[in-house]
Amino acid sequence: MAVAAQTQSDSETKKKASSGSTFLRVARFTALRVLSLSVTVVIAIYLTILIANMGGYVDTIIKSEIEETITMSAAANPQMRAMAPDVRAKLIKDRIAAEEQRQGLNTPVAVRNVSYLRDALTLNLGRAINMSSDSGSKEVRLIVLERLPATLLLMGTSELSLFFISLFLAISLSRRYGSFWDKLIIVLSPTSTPPAWFYGIFLILIFAAVFKILPFGGLVDAPTPTNPVELALSVIKHLILPAASLFVSQFFLSIYNWRTFFLIYSSEDYVEMAKAKGLPPRDIERKYILRPTLPTIITQFALLLISVWTGAIVTETVFQWPGLGRTFYTAIGLFDTPVIVGLTIIYAYLLAITVFILDFVYALVDPRVKVGDN
Amino acid sequence: METFKNSLREIRRYPSAIVGIAMVLLLFVVSIYAVIAIPYSRAIYMWRGTEDVWYQNPKFAPPAWFNFFSSKKLPLSFDVSTSNETMSKTVTPGAQNTSTINITYSFDFQYDDYPQEMSLYFNAKYAQKQPFISIIWIKPDGSKLRIDNLGIAQTQTIRFTQDQQFLGNLNGADPMQALFNDPQTNKIMKGKYQVQIVGVTFEQGSDINAEFVFQGQLYGLAGTDQYRRDLMVALLWGAPVALAFGLLASVGTLVLTMVIAAIGTWYAGWIDDLIQRITEVNLILPQLAILIMVGTFYSHSIWAILGVTVLLNIFTGGIKTYRAIFVQVKESMYIEAARAYGASDGRIIFLYLIPRMIPLLIPGLVLTVPSFVFLESTLAVLGLGDPVLPTWGKIIDDAFTNGALYKGYYYWIMEPAILLMITGLGFSLLGFALDRIFNPRLRDI
Repeated sequence: MAVAAQTQSDSETKKKASSGSTFLRVARFTALRVLSLSVTVVIAIYLTILIANMGGYVDTIIKSEIEETITMSAAANPQMRAMAPDVRAKLIKDRIAAEEQRQGLNTPVAVRNVSYLRDALTLNLGRAINMSSDSGSKEVRLIVLERLPATLLLMGTSELSLFFISLFLAISLSRRYGSFWDKLIIVLSPTSTPPAWFYGIFLILIFAAVFKILPFGGLVDAPTPTNPVELALSVIKHLILPAASLFVSQFFLSIYNWRTFFLIYSSEDYVEMAKAKGLPPRDIERKYILRPTLPTIITQFALLLISVWTGAIVTETVFQWPGLGRTFYTAIGLFDTPVIVGLTIIYAYLLAITVFILDFVYALVDPRVKVGDN
Repeated sequence: METFKNSLREIRRYPSAIVGIAMVLLLFVVSIYAVIAIPYSRAIYMWRGTEDVWYQNPKFAPPAWFNFFSSKKLPLSFDVSTSNETMSKTVTPGAQNTSTINITYSFDFQYDDYPQEMSLYFNAKYAQKQPFISIIWIKPDGSKLRIDNLGIAQTQTIRFTQDQQFLGNLNGADPMQALFNDPQTNKIMKGKYQVQIVGVTFEQGSDINAEFVFQGQLYGLAGTDQYRRDLMVALLWGAPVALAFGLLASVGTLVLTMVIAAIGTWYAGWIDDLIQRITEVNLILPQLAILIMVGTFYSHSIWAILGVTVLLNIFTGGIKTYRAIFVQVKESMYIEAARAYGASDGRIIFLYLIPRMIPLLIPGLVLTVPSFVFLESTLAVLGLGDPVLPTWGKIIDDAFTNGALYKGYYYWIMEPAILLMITGLGFSLLGFALDRIFNPRLRDI
């Protein structure tokens, strides 16, 4: 994706630049790349803000919610019930106005969208409307930071092990092309069609409901163990099922894809040549197959790191895992625009930065690629 | 065209593709059957109706075939009524416009557990004087239990476990145990039970009709949910909905992607640039999150979700792949020939460029169907399913929110899950085989 993201206008300037010095070429490429990526990020974030506000529709929902809660609390308050009706009505109205002011609902949507965009781009994530962190803060930054470790733990465990195990197995399979195991992987690769939560339900059914050896969901036992060893064991026990469902749901397809990828590369002429020269298989694998495929492996790994960050919305929800994916889902349910925008902006920035860095990494690992050159 | 046919003939060499085709055909047959057997309006009525559609069914009941696999036989549900003459009714006229009505029903009970509930629904016809009935329960050993004596209104419901008169006579004993247990052994008495209703009417033309509803622990071929709904309706109707959603989304996405990629490549310049920029922006947007937002804020309707899904999926990596191929095709001789004889842009795009891609399109088309089917169920599991249509995802959502896994109602989750699995596997087995046939790079591998 990163390679494809190179723009046509880039390539035109690149042609001109290639005649200049290396430094100028790289500098010019960097500037253009940063510019085009920033424009992309700004547009993407603005779109997210528009959708998360639904052109003011969310305001209507929030306003009616405010009105309802305040009227209800006024009706439940004995002191207010004793007041004269007009005094009470005015008090309620004032309270609603104050609450709307607090949430910034009295400024027009268009103005608010622009200020949202400015705040988002400067990573000033602001305060959540309804959500709060477990420690009681309404700062979006603190909410995100609080949920981040859980997501990193879950996604890190499953995605990293998936990546390296499937890569390793795929290389050894590509050597044994046509063997029983190879055919088995081909047959099993369609099992990756269902998403992770689907396997999650089966795993919960088997291990939590029928055999009762693992918990249904959550992060730790209640009450939380105070002993750090017990705490770690309890977290690991809760981690097994969600991590396994993420792992299993992609395992066979991931092996299949890598295996096909390596097979295509190992049928190249230079590999045949190396075989004909009688080089040992290990050398062929390392120097003739892995080396030229390194850019793709790095791209996949970079994208994996981003996915580790974003979490898995549905899997976390099904397993009640208190991570960022579930936070995203809760935020949408509560119409909490600052949290939605905050999570999206971080994702967009990470993606843009990764794409940018990858351009340079390609040049480092692949001598055929020159930065800012076709 | 000839090579295309040959490629299709090659499918026979792939056993997995044959299995895939069989699964997909099965789904189509089920869909057609569902649409014909339960017309749309009837399906919606049966799924979204009110309690009077489902009152005869037990709650949370596993399917009837559970008894085949279990040594403990659970009672099946049934429903009999005098209006359709499944319950015997005799009317004996007496003096002074009175008449005695005898309604009886006997049934064989060979199960190891109690039913969930037994109820009698009465319909009485009278002008002023209420008919009077007494309900008697006769056990296999001939012992009789009086359930209730009462004057009935035009419609009257007696639930055996909630009837105050009956409960009062039991002195706190469990009503089901009293109805079915052998008082000596305190175990369920198997054999022929009888419900006997003796009614007296006091007017000319006065009449009583009764319905006996026996809510067992098992129901039908698919079981029931928390509202006593027959899951079969949703399981059957889930198939056409899933297929329609999956196929429409897949065809819509791929065809539009291809057309847009072809137009972009053909005209090049700013159109191509614009398409590329839109794709880059779209790749940064979190797709599932946007779908959830649309579902929450705008509309739960499956068709709205379908539209947004297609829109979000047009400008993705696929458009870049197609573009790369179109750039090559654009330079080929036959396109140049078409240009030379003065073919219009539209003609070249739709009759020369796009048809070249169709073989490449087919595996993708088949392979993306299950991902869209699962997308629909994913949204349903998040509580964003279509509010009207019965879908497999909604059954899983209902089961999940009602704690089916905690309470052991596994059938409730397994049935839709297995159907989803069949859909996913069927299409992807076929798609993987087609991919290997049509994709020359994979052919030898």
